[in-house]
Amino acid sequence: MLSFVAQRVLKGVIVLLAIVVLNFFLIRLAPGDPAVVMAGEAGASDQVFVQQLREKFGLDKPLPEQLFIYVKGIATLDLGFSFRQQAQVSKLILERLPATLLLTLTAFAISLALGVLFGTFAARFAGTFLDTGITIFALIFYAMPIFWVALMGILLFSVTVDWLPSFGYETVGANFTGFAHVVDVAKHLIMPAMTLGLFFMATYTRMTRASMLEVKRLDFVKTARAKGLSDAVIQRRHVLRNALLPVVTLAGVHAGTLIGGAVITETVFAWPGIGRLMYDALLQRDYNLLLGVFVTCSVMVLIFNLITDLVYRLVDPRIELAA
Amino acid sequence: MKQFWKSILKSPSGVIGLVILLLAIGVAVFGPLLFPNSPWRMVQRPFLPPFTLSTVPLGTDALGRDVFAGMIFGARVSLLVGLVSTLVALVVGIPIGAMAGYFGGRIDDALMRFTEFFQTIPSFALAIVLVAILQPSIYSIVTSIAVVSWPPVARLVRGEVLSLRTREYVQAAVVTGQSNSWIILREILPNALSPVIVLASLMVATAILLESSLSFLGLGDPNLISWGYMVGAGRTVIRQAWWITVFPGVAILISVLGLNLIGEGLNDALNPRLSREGR
Repeated sequence: MLSFVAQRVLKGVIVLLAIVVLNFFLIRLAPGDPAVVMAGEAGASDQVFVQQLREKFGLDKPLPEQLFIYVKGIATLDLGFSFRQQAQVSKLILERLPATLLLTLTAFAISLALGVLFGTFAARFAGTFLDTGITIFALIFYAMPIFWVALMGILLFSVTVDWLPSFGYETVGANFTGFAHVVDVAKHLIMPAMTLGLFFMATYTRMTRASMLEVKRLDFVKTARAKGLSDAVIQRRHVLRNALLPVVTLAGVHAGTLIGGAVITETVFAWPGIGRLMYDALLQRDYNLLLGVFVTCSVMVLIFNLITDLVYRLVDPRIELAA
Repeated sequence: MKQFWKSILKSPSGVIGLVILLLAIGVAVFGPLLFPNSPWRMVQRPFLPPFTLSTVPLGTDALGRDVFAGMIFGARVSLLVGLVSTLVALVVGIPIGAMAGYFGGRIDDALMRFTEFFQTIPSFALAIVLVAILQPSIYSIVTSIAVVSWPPVARLVRGEVLSLRTREYVQAAVVTGQSNSWIILREILPNALSPVIVLASLMVATAILLESSLSFLGLGDPNLISWGYMVGAGRTVIRQAWWITVFPGVAILISVLGLNLIGEGLNDALNPRLSREGR
């Protein structure tokens, strides 16, 4: 197990290195001389300042050396400086990271729980009215753009009936403490998390349904039935457990999409996470910050993939993940 | 091919999807002929509610522009971006997958690591970064969507080619001394096509969603009106004018749903074993 984890971590580090290199070249694809762009962002553009910047960031050095400096910087969590926000990129990101983790993990939990639940129901009652209803429901949510679901949520729950706050992380100026604060944040969390969760719920529903129907036909289920086990036990212990494997794989594959969805959701709901930060960087064409968030997102996906690999191994002990 | 159409038309979701797609294509092709005016032009007072004037059935936006005209012109952008970026992704993904599956060994390893790398990168974040850096235009949008969507194609084609390569008719072609490219192009790929078509129909849907999300964030082509842009523009005035955000969103929903249904129908047609299960 330990060597497996070590291998996966090593593989992740290699991928991360490749992403950092890609990032380095993307920065250089950005229009204009980086030093001039940075000077412009800082609000000054005289020659001396540009030259100073060039020296400070090593832009006068040969490309391989620049790359080395960049990689070294990221290894020490130095993602550069945001001139627009006048702060270290890593500091800005670390401040915003908890909000994003809260949002994405809640959304993930909602989507997985509801998706598996609905998928199981649909498969249990395959071919009935309930199955058709769940399938149509999932198809529709799967086809809705996340930003639109978010806006419709606001229209419904904030504008029409004033039940939920439409933006932010907490009530500004309320200064709640203790339990009241938790309730306040939870109220603000409901809509963003549901918005993000519903899209993925649709995919998990479809996957669970298809996968359960597939497993149901296998011989060991017939054996279990022949042994006289009750239907509920067969469904839960034999079918669902095996049917969850592809769902776990899907969760790993979707990690990147989840983060992408968070960018949109946070933008609409003004949720103070790194997605919103990315949007702000985008509006201001703050490339250092933009690419810093991009690297952070990639690291989150890598970690999430590592976790799903481990879960996969726990759910299915047959799998030897040595490769 | 005839068989193929027959089987799509047998599945109800395929038929519904096909009808929706044809309607959308019809709107995209002929709609702008009925609305010769630019969708950017002011036609009425701002914030005109829908269903009040028959000339502006879906009302106007914050600048008095016709929402209905915008939706019709937007259909062009959405469908075009969806189709073209999927085609580009296929052009990139199919050769990579085919070479990996056909040659195997080190080539396969290298190409698949490359593909996995692109699959690990969060796709929407990469698309945002690419469009922002290349500057928003229809070309940068198509490029970035293609860049993030080719890996599944490569993986799928590789899998198909791997299994087809061992078939006897392919072995026969090898024995008769046909060139590798001839075998791949003429013997293997035509037989690997049907799952690729299913995937492609779903990819067009995803591409439309991606394009609308990029435009929503203000990364659309500034000269072309699109559904995502309209929703984004209506977002700040959602409390006064719900229709500006609601209608273009419905258009996205319906087109994406149609394409997904076609994918579903095709899948049913190509994997009859799985589809029978649910009935």
